Amino acid sequence: MIYEVFRQERKGQAFQHAGSIEAPDERFAEWYAREQYGRRGESTALWVVAREHVLPIEEFVDELNRNYHRVDGYPLKEKLKEARERAGTSKERAD
Amino acid sequence: MVSPVLRRVSERAQLLLEIADDELILGWRDSEWTGIAPFLEEDVAFSSIAQNEIGHARALYELAARDLGTTADELAFDRSPEEYRCSALVELRLPEWERTIARHVLYEQADAERLERLKTSGDEELAGLAAKIDREEIYHRLHAEMWAERLKDEPRYQAALEELRPLVERRNGGSTELTELWEEMTSVRRSQPAGTTW
Repeated sequence: MIYEVFRQERKGQAFQHAGSIEAPDERFAEWYAREQYGRRGESTALWVVAREHVLPIEEFVDELNRNYHRVDGYPLKEKLKEARERAGTSKERAD
Repeated sequence: MVSPVLRRVSERAQLLLEIADDELILGWRDSEWTGIAPFLEEDVAFSSIAQNEIGHARALYELAARDLGTTADELAFDRSPEEYRCSALVELRLPEWERTIARHVLYEQADAERLERLKTSGDEELAGLAAKIDREEIYHRLHAEMWAERLKDEPRYQAALEELRPLVERRNGGSTELTELWEEMTSVRRSQPAGTTW
């Protein structure tokens, strides 16, 4: 069985994927996770999850190319420039 | 050759040496699996147990060394193989995993009983150290129990338990296996040029 291990470095921080371990059952998984990701005081907490319990999502359909959903799909630079010109506060004039 | 330091050994030092020798020799034997344990995770786990055992040995030797006016290193490495007081169980080189696990299980059981006794000892220093060691041994016991559960129906594991059980209480010292390990364990130290300090 493969188990995925998530590690929290300090209290309150988000858990991050640390790696995976192979173990015959949950008890071994706990032991091995402690040894590999907690022995050196590098973690305040661990989440150990059987890989089969992880719900993987790998496809993100965007048939209509709605690029405004993406961070790079809505370039602000051009729009800002136009707005400044309209308002009479474009950088060139301000200088 | 009996080192002069051991000619007159208090009962307390005797007991400390017995446990320290157990932990040191077992630590060495367990560390023989480093790099070749059945799978990677177990390699890390078993090596870590080996390291812990040697750490316990160090703490125990330090306490004994203070009583005996010597140092932990001298007690660990400068005695002759005949002077070690460890159990015959830990002396064996066991290149088979099921026998190694059988030893691990038997040792952890015996060690748990011993630590339980020491924790209630009137000797506060000894009781304190036993409690400290026991907090780490809890995890070793868990590990041993998990393996015992996993192998319990394997005839080879059962045979190994029967074979090794009588050795737990045997403390003769100076077996061939221990002497071989001692040669290996102390070779660097014995080959040091005069005046080398560590």
